[in-house]
Amino acid sequence: MRNLPDKRRRTVVTPEGIALPFTIGSRAARFGALLLDFLIIGLALLALTLLLIWMFGGLFSATDGTGAMNGAAEFLMIFYFLLLFAARYGYFLGFEMGPRGATPGKRLLGLRVAARDGGRLTAEAVIARNLLRDIEIFLPLVLIFSAPSGEGGPAGVAAAAWFACFMLFAVFNKDAMRAGDLIAGTWVVEAPRARLAAALSTSAAAASGTSSLTGARYDFSDSELGVYGEYELQTLERVLRDSNDDTIGQVAETICRKIGWTTGAGDERAFLEAFYAQLRARLEGGLRFGQRKADKYS
Amino acid sequence: MKAPALRNLFRRQSLETPPATEEAALRSDRFRLDREADWRRLDTIVTMMEKGRLRRIPDDDVLALPALYRTAASSLSVARETSLDQAALAYLEALVQRAWFQVYRPQQGFFSWLRGFLGGGLSRSIQQIWLDICIALAAMVAGTITGWLLVSRDQEWYYALVPAGFTDSRVPGATRETLLESLAVQQDAQGLSAFAAYLFSNNAGVAILAFALGFAFGVPSVLLLVHNMAVLGAMWWLFSDAGLSWEFAAWLSVHGTTELFAILLAGAAGIHIGRSMAFPGARSIMAAAAGSGQRAAQVMAGVVLMLIVAAMLEAFPRQLLGMNERFLIGGSMLAIWLAYFFAVRPRKPALQLAHGE
Repeated sequence: MRNLPDKRRRTVVTPEGIALPFTIGSRAARFGALLLDFLIIGLALLALTLLLIWMFGGLFSATDGTGAMNGAAEFLMIFYFLLLFAARYGYFLGFEMGPRGATPGKRLLGLRVAARDGGRLTAEAVIARNLLRDIEIFLPLVLIFSAPSGEGGPAGVAAAAWFACFMLFAVFNKDAMRAGDLIAGTWVVEAPRARLAAALSTSAAAASGTSSLTGARYDFSDSELGVYGEYELQTLERVLRDSNDDTIGQVAETICRKIGWTTGAGDERAFLEAFYAQLRARLEGGLRFGQRKADKYS
Repeated sequence: MKAPALRNLFRRQSLETPPATEEAALRSDRFRLDREADWRRLDTIVTMMEKGRLRRIPDDDVLALPALYRTAASSLSVARETSLDQAALAYLEALVQRAWFQVYRPQQGFFSWLRGFLGGGLSRSIQQIWLDICIALAAMVAGTITGWLLVSRDQEWYYALVPAGFTDSRVPGATRETLLESLAVQQDAQGLSAFAAYLFSNNAGVAILAFALGFAFGVPSVLLLVHNMAVLGAMWWLFSDAGLSWEFAAWLSVHGTTELFAILLAGAAGIHIGRSMAFPGARSIMAAAAGSGQRAAQVMAGVVLMLIVAAMLEAFPRQLLGMNERFLIGGSMLAIWLAYFFAVRPRKPALQLAHGE
């Protein structure tokens, strides 16, 4: 797990007593997800507005001479305002209560909402975290822009400072929680997506140390395998899974130099597979007896 | 450890000739291949659930989900101790996490939540914060009295308290007729919906502010309530000075019973969060904030609904009805809200609040 940002790793114990690792979503990703969500809502509302204007535009131009709207147009206006309101809240609530626990913006950036205590994410929690969004974003912006004008006096400045704290709340705690997350008992974590890769020790070279290409046998002694630890094993695993010929050649060469072997070119993959399987066998054997070797220095 | 399945045994045996260490090396992969079918089954079920295709999952699979989840979780803890196959570990961690999300996801969608919310959830939350409602009510009463007393001592206070939007004709020294006119019945409803929308956003702002300020241990919430009600007290003094107490009360009561009630609840919700953070009891501050926050959020959702109703009442009936009808509407709205919130004691909580309750 070295390649993951350790600072954002958290372990949560579920009600069954299973320790589950989570990665807190980065602040940048969350900001991006928010922008995306607003973009989606904005575009959808724009399209709807244009549609309404196209359908009912005539109502607004047909005034009765006093400049006031007629009844149908007024009804439409009320409907429209309610719709705007429902769109903003309904979007976030509907999606976050859904099976993915994430709005489309969050999904695109690989995030989702989870309960902080490992228990159930409740509808109440989703409501709580979304109700506070207005307080955290829009109110502060209004106040911060109006504060320098001095209209609100010292109280206005104080309010702007107070809401700036709200707005920057996520920056000042290590779990990147918004104020809404704090009172809802939630946090935003990275949604896992991993495919099960094939088992590496099933090929001939890995299993028996015999190359199917050349028939050469690769048998490594304990002292040769002892130079590497788990970190190098994981690196080797990545190299084998990536299957890049250049890298495989380089890595094989490095290993040969390290353990003092000289092999011909052309059969590097089989060599590495055999080395991987035998190194893993050795390290896992040690693991069962409680001996870990983290990397080549230990 | 289970005996390997036949298929895997054959594959293993055909490949596996070398001695003990070599066999041990493959043990972790054998462990994995044994259980892979179960993992993949769980993966399929979880993927279907994530796509929201609950109906298409066979009953057998739905029943097997908890068992598969636990099996995968125990595989994970075994694999962490015995396997160095990073890819399999990462997959298993992700799978268990995804299964956990599905097993512990919100049980209700938005609409079933809304049904539960209107059918008792809101009343229950409001009844649970009764103490905070009492505190907020005391603050509001104190605010009104303060406003009245301040202005009756020194009329300059009126201009300090009442925002410019209200001081058009309603100022100290205005004649009785001018004041009466501002309360008058308008002949038609032209343009009132825009007025309603404006009032809603204005009042929602105050309510949200009262709620948000609760984070500072509730003190700013109380101050805000006092200040807002002082405005009301000042205006009341102005009208009663001109002998228009009843007319003013009628004018106010149409929407005021709903709107002031909503602001009262919003302030109480803020105080509730502040109070539970100041006195978390045996829980951690975070757990206390989460527990009270979810309750307060329910109340706030109710407040938003009340404010919509208040804005409708304010724009239409208040401008169109006579004094007695105004009292009738205001009084009955108050009675309806009180009955809805407090008369029925909801049975049992449909959902347990998860955090530290």
